[in-house]
Amino acid sequence: MLGYALRRLALTVPVLFGISVIVFLVISLIPGDPATAILGAFATPDNVERIRRELGLDQPLPLQYVTWLSGVLEGDLGRSYSLNRPVVDEVLDRFGPTLILAGAALFLCSVFGLVAGVVSAVRQYGWADKVITVAVLVGISTPSFFLGIMLILWFSVGLGWFPTGGMYALFGDGSIRELLWHLTLPATALAVVATGVVARLTRANMLEVLRQDYVRTARAKGLREGRVIFRHAFLNALVNIVPIIGIQAGFVLGGAVYIESVFQWPGIGRMLVTAISTRDILLVQGGVLVVAASFVLINLVTDLIQVALDPRLRRG
Amino acid sequence: MAATTEQRAEPLPPRGSTAWGRLKRNSLAVVGLAIVVVIVALALAAPILPLADPNITEPADRLMPPFSEGAWLGTDQLGRDMLSRLVWGARVSIAVGVAATLVAALIGSTIGLIAAYFGRITDNVLMRGVDMLMAFPYLLLALAIVAALGPGLINALLAIAVVNIPFFARSVRGATLGLVNREFIEAARLSGFSDTRIILSELLPNVLPVIVITMSTTVGWMILETAGLSFLGLGAQPPQADLGSMLGDGRGLVMTAPHVSVVPGVLILILVIGINLLGDGLRDVLDPRLKSGALSRPVARTEVAPGPPSGSGDKGALLEVTGLETEFRVGRRVLKAVNGVDFTLQPGESLGIVGESGSGKSVTAMSILGLVPTPPGIISKGAIRFQGTDLLRLPLRDLQDIRGNRISYIFQDPLTTLNPLLRVGDQVEETLIRHQGLSSRAAMAQAVELLNAVGLPDPRTKARAFPHELSGGQRQRVVIAMALANRPDLIIADEPTTALDVTTQARVLDLLNDLRRQTGAALIFITHDLGVVSELCERVLVMYAGRVVESGPVDAVFNQPRHPYTAALLACVPVLGEPDRSLAAIPGLPPAVDDLPRGCAFADRCPLVLPDCRAREILLARSGEGRRSRCIRWQEVGHG
Repeated sequence: MLGYALRRLALTVPVLFGISVIVFLVISLIPGDPATAILGAFATPDNVERIRRELGLDQPLPLQYVTWLSGVLEGDLGRSYSLNRPVVDEVLDRFGPTLILAGAALFLCSVFGLVAGVVSAVRQYGWADKVITVAVLVGISTPSFFLGIMLILWFSVGLGWFPTGGMYALFGDGSIRELLWHLTLPATALAVVATGVVARLTRANMLEVLRQDYVRTARAKGLREGRVIFRHAFLNALVNIVPIIGIQAGFVLGGAVYIESVFQWPGIGRMLVTAISTRDILLVQGGVLVVAASFVLINLVTDLIQVALDPRLRRG
Repeated sequence: MAATTEQRAEPLPPRGSTAWGRLKRNSLAVVGLAIVVVIVALALAAPILPLADPNITEPADRLMPPFSEGAWLGTDQLGRDMLSRLVWGARVSIAVGVAATLVAALIGSTIGLIAAYFGRITDNVLMRGVDMLMAFPYLLLALAIVAALGPGLINALLAIAVVNIPFFARSVRGATLGLVNREFIEAARLSGFSDTRIILSELLPNVLPVIVITMSTTVGWMILETAGLSFLGLGAQPPQADLGSMLGDGRGLVMTAPHVSVVPGVLILILVIGINLLGDGLRDVLDPRLKSGALSRPVARTEVAPGPPSGSGDKGALLEVTGLETEFRVGRRVLKAVNGVDFTLQPGESLGIVGESGSGKSVTAMSILGLVPTPPGIISKGAIRFQGTDLLRLPLRDLQDIRGNRISYIFQDPLTTLNPLLRVGDQVEETLIRHQGLSSRAAMAQAVELLNAVGLPDPRTKARAFPHELSGGQRQRVVIAMALANRPDLIIADEPTTALDVTTQARVLDLLNDLRRQTGAALIFITHDLGVVSELCERVLVMYAGRVVESGPVDAVFNQPRHPYTAALLACVPVLGEPDRSLAAIPGLPPAVDDLPRGCAFADRCPLVLPDCRAREILLARSGEGRRSRCIRWQEVGHG
């Protein structure tokens, strides 16, 4: 297992490398002169010259990349011109809230998606299955940004149960309880689509696993149905579902952009939207790079969980 | 194999159905189609519909609520007519979503086709690049692209198209890989066709369904995501509006005039639901293998049709099966897998059940503990009494107390019958804990003892092994240990050695036989290997097309068969020392079990057939001491 983990860890290196190349190349997509684009039309020639040097725009592209990457590896993502502070500081400040939001959504979609999928499969063709199937269909078709607005309309404006946005109250105590209170609506809005996807694929995998011979063996042993479903069927289905949850992490991290805007959540997503409007390319680059790298690590973790579940994957 | 094929019976698509016909039968897909058609038709017809100009502002009439006069859906913060804006906005959203889908499909499919067709380095470079795109959280890459290109509808379209390229590249490459080595491609190469021509005229038409499926499953997202970018202010720029930017404009007014954001939001939701319903339907039609959740899962026990509890019969018998009928209901077809089977088993007795694949022998055995998968299986008639209790009418919890305890099974393929994720020791232990209430420690000690008794070398270590770490023979020994764990009164072995190699077969059979004798358990042994039956069993049932055609003591039946089918089966067995003996395969095939003849089911393949055989049902009648045969000419069998 340890050997596998190390090998798998080594495999993330080329992926991270590829990601860095793509993020780097984004700048070369900029039409016209990137330095002007970054600084805006009214930049002083001095500043333009400075950022040209900083970006190494006078050098050939591969060399620019090497310069940029060595900076990244030393924790230097450049300087944000709209905020006038190092990109890395801003990104790290914003990263925590995004992780909390995305983590909560991932937790919700795993729990509810797995439960709904298992119930749906076990009660195939029953009313619970039908209700869940319809709910899943609506769920995966829901624009999360619209759902966020509706949740605010009903639960904040209408019922007054939850705050309309933000991460903590303006004069709050900053407690976990207060955080959870603010987190409930955005995490729910962010989790709905992913829950639908997890539920749908859990159902399909459970139906497949429940037909397997070893489930028949478990029943032939006289095991109670609950144990048959969970220890024998669900664990086997989970082997295939864990990577799907990993993929959902990518959708949740991306969807956070909408939800953070709707709920004024102080995360990377909202930072990115502002940065794009102000054309603060280096800030966009830094934010995307950090989130993409964390997604790679999440997929590493889900892969390791999958291998921990299934001994057959440990070889080779 | 009989059991496997019968269990896996799936509803067959109705014959002669076209794709369109199948789509029409899927009521959800039809609803989806209707939604999409209505919305798209409205969007297309926007210029000729009697709508107000979507961009004319009228500050006096701002934020009129829905159902106001002259503005059914109200007006927005600038007094623009919401209905008109909605139709025009939908037009933009759909156009952009579809355009993004087409761009993604074009580029992605090209990459997929080229990667698969040229293979090697081309494939590697292209697909690693695609992997890199997939390594990004979907939306973030799109944001980075918009950031570089600048906000705007076309840029949003391109960004969403780029992040969807991998889905097309991967599925098209997968589909193409299955084609590139086929004969017709080889033939086209040999005829000197250019690569471009082969890709466009030979490969592309064949992968088109895959492209269509991927388009139908991604177009909904792409509409959603482009709307999302507009919502964030990164897509459509004023005065142009799509559904997303309308929603974005309205969100600041959500407390005072919710309709401004609710109306476009609901339309996106309905449109995407419609597209997804239609997409699911299309996928099911074009590629039935992908149909998610189309398979039925078996429930905890076989469904039993309601009927009166049966009176008790033979008091001393261990197992008494009377009039058992088990069928598979597949659509409108009813497959009678077991069609009125009776037999009795005394304590400690060993009974062989033989017959061809599909004769109903496995289904008979699995009916005993309700392990025939439902759906589609159902026990429609009969009684199964075990030690006097009718198992078919027993509550599930009581039946579970008998399963694996008083009656245990050994199934055919030890590779698939053991749970791959659990250590074999735990799987043996589980049944001990369940039925004997042992502590985990005591159960593990006993599990190791059992593994030792079935001849596993180094049982303590082997108990910690996973099934894939053991050989086929070792796995089947584990299964036998599991079956014997609670000293059952009856062991049902369903072709337990078919999946093993010949030398292992003999050893496993010896082991099974020895252990059975030691514990005094009765045995039902299902096989098509008559030699094994004569070694292991005292009595034999010969089954054909769901019925017992002959029964009696093994020696008597095999020395002097009294049914032409038994005689034919025996003629198929090679005999050592008689190399000249011709192996007579039985001509013809068994009848389809959903269309059984009125008379003898074997009549079409029988050398002794008379008109009388087909005229009426042939009953199982006494044909000697302890013997019965379902043949009116049993006295003539084997005499000519």
